[in-house]
Amino acid sequence: MQDPILTGLTSVFREVFDDDELVLKPEMTADDVDGWDSLAHIRLILSVQKAFGIKFSPVEMNRLKNVGDLIALTKDKQGQGVAR
Amino acid sequence: MSEQLYTELQWLPRPPEDFSKRCRALRESGGEVGREIRALASFALDENKLVKLANSIESLRPSPNYLRPLIPFRLGIVSNATSHFMVPALTATAARYGIALECIEANYGQVMQEALAPDSMINRARADAVLVAIDYRGLALNAPLGDSAAADTVLAAAIDELRAIRDALRKNSGASCIFQTLARPVEATFGSLDLALPGTSRNVIDLFNRALATTLAGKEDLLLDVGGLAETVGLSAWHDANLWNIGKIPFANCFLPIYADLTCRLIAALRGKSRRCLVLDLDNTLWGGVIGDDGLEGIVLGQGDPSGEAHLEIQRAALVLRERGIVLAVSSKNNDETARLPFQKHPEMLLRENHLAVFQANWNDKATNIRAIAAELSLGLESFVFLDDNPAERRLVRDMLPDVAVPELPDDPALFVRTLLAAGYFEAIAYSPEDQKRADFYQDNARRVALQRATGDLDAYLATLNMTITFQPFDEVGRARIAQLISKSNQFNLTTRRYSEAQVAEIEADPSCLTLQVRLVDTFGDNGMISVVICRQDAAVWQIDTWLMSCRVLGRRVEQAVLQELLIHARALGITRIIGTYRPTERNRLVEDHYSKLGFTECERLADGSTVWGLDVGDWTEVSLPMKVVRIGDTAPVG
Repeated sequence: MQDPILTGLTSVFREVFDDDELVLKPEMTADDVDGWDSLAHIRLILSVQKAFGIKFSPVEMNRLKNVGDLIALTKDKQGQGVAR
Repeated sequence: MSEQLYTELQWLPRPPEDFSKRCRALRESGGEVGREIRALASFALDENKLVKLANSIESLRPSPNYLRPLIPFRLGIVSNATSHFMVPALTATAARYGIALECIEANYGQVMQEALAPDSMINRARADAVLVAIDYRGLALNAPLGDSAAADTVLAAAIDELRAIRDALRKNSGASCIFQTLARPVEATFGSLDLALPGTSRNVIDLFNRALATTLAGKEDLLLDVGGLAETVGLSAWHDANLWNIGKIPFANCFLPIYADLTCRLIAALRGKSRRCLVLDLDNTLWGGVIGDDGLEGIVLGQGDPSGEAHLEIQRAALVLRERGIVLAVSSKNNDETARLPFQKHPEMLLRENHLAVFQANWNDKATNIRAIAAELSLGLESFVFLDDNPAERRLVRDMLPDVAVPELPDDPALFVRTLLAAGYFEAIAYSPEDQKRADFYQDNARRVALQRATGDLDAYLATLNMTITFQPFDEVGRARIAQLISKSNQFNLTTRRYSEAQVAEIEADPSCLTLQVRLVDTFGDNGMISVVICRQDAAVWQIDTWLMSCRVLGRRVEQAVLQELLIHARALGITRIIGTYRPTERNRLVEDHYSKLGFTECERLADGSTVWGLDVGDWTEVSLPMKVVRIGDTAPVG
């Protein structure tokens, strides 16, 4: 079965960048996705937060270097949510 | 319900599954897609979906014809914050209001420079309006605490700055401005004391907003009450410190859809696209229960019952709307008599029949009824809002009449009013004494159209119309219109004789013919030429060759006035008898009894079904009519 977080993130990316074919890869960065500029990045982060009911701090956001980091951070945050 | 009503635009239907696909399809359509764009914009769109739709609109921009029938509007944006994120939201939201919006953004933080330089991007763009999107961080509003004179100086300087921006933009580009009130920061200096103490941000911003409203109200510039919106949804949610720090985004993104909607309402109001009529359902909307099943005693309405009070609140809100000029109408699936019962007999009803311009209670579908209401009021469907608790009725009207606004409603009637008003259908940029009378105006207009059905004291009503009827013999100026009426009138036309313009000229010159062209002006305006009569003289008798009238003025006693005019002429010319003929056609059953109603007696019935009627001039005595008579032309007798 597919990783639910990856599935969820994929649908968020597809919605934000309006591309139903988009497939996430851990090494992916803003340069690889059409329309991923600084404003779209904010939109992406807010959409991820909303979809998973989590909150990132600006420090955490700054540390994100690629999609893999975002997947890891989301998993981490959701884990905290469940643990609590 | 909480701020989600506003953040999620809950009065709009949820977007369909294929929303993205439909957005993309717009780009490949290769034709006029304004209606589809508007349909897509009319769903409750979040920021991501607004961006999708805006991208499609942008891709069509090089072919402006494709955006029809959306009407173009160019909006300049100057801001002390990042305005770029607003652009797609505004562009897509404007389509909801039938507008093809094009945004021209000034460079970040360059408000004054853009306004002052005649060749700046904003000034060169020749915008229709400029949105001055400044928040509290963009104005120097810091004042020493406790010093009211110093606070006043700071305040005056801030207002002067906006005025300077306004003056420069107007001079350099001709655009008017949309100024925003400020959403105050929630961080207090002292606490409750802030409101009273000069110089606190709470105190200064309150005064600023008030000053902005009074300085700019009633001028060409518009006021966008962002401060009010932020208070409505919650200031602590509005201000997102991280977003400001990360990207100079002035408020939380989740409020972007409602911010854009608020802005576009204003633009729509500026373009005269605000809605004008509220059509109300009855059962479970204006009262709880079903009048046809539960009866007058069974319906829930009024004090002492929470849902009864909720329905009363809906009526109260409708009355407030009426007072500010919104026309009210009813559409209900009911027998007419049953539906009217609560309006006539229920002691707790606030709405009465005289508040309603049109009352449609029947078993037709509601789309048909709303169309009938629109026709009766002579208003376009774009002017209508339809309030109904029943989701099936809402869907039907939305599908059949996409131009009508149909708010989604929660199950709880206590939230109907808030939902309806949150949608901002009736946004206005000004309020004048005429607005107060507008509901009456449309109501009277509808009543005028419905006069043929009217009962009761007709003359008293007609007297309020201030009618002036003008009689004039045929002349060159009126000839084309006379010929047009003669060739086109079918219903109110006694003989349906058709004459060309040349024949009309002959009749005009014939001394044995008496001709009348009749015009009517009333309190609603000029109805133009509404009746034409030709009499041919035969010794001391007049044969009415032609008598026709526009159906628009049926039931106004115009026929009596015309007859009276004929009789005055007849008496002056020594005519003793007037003969009229009714020649039946497929279309003129309406006037079958015309002569009998006017007091003529039947003298003959012809083989072709025609009836011939006569009236002795000597039998006639003048009657008083609810209109003023004016006579023009040299053949006018002394009346």
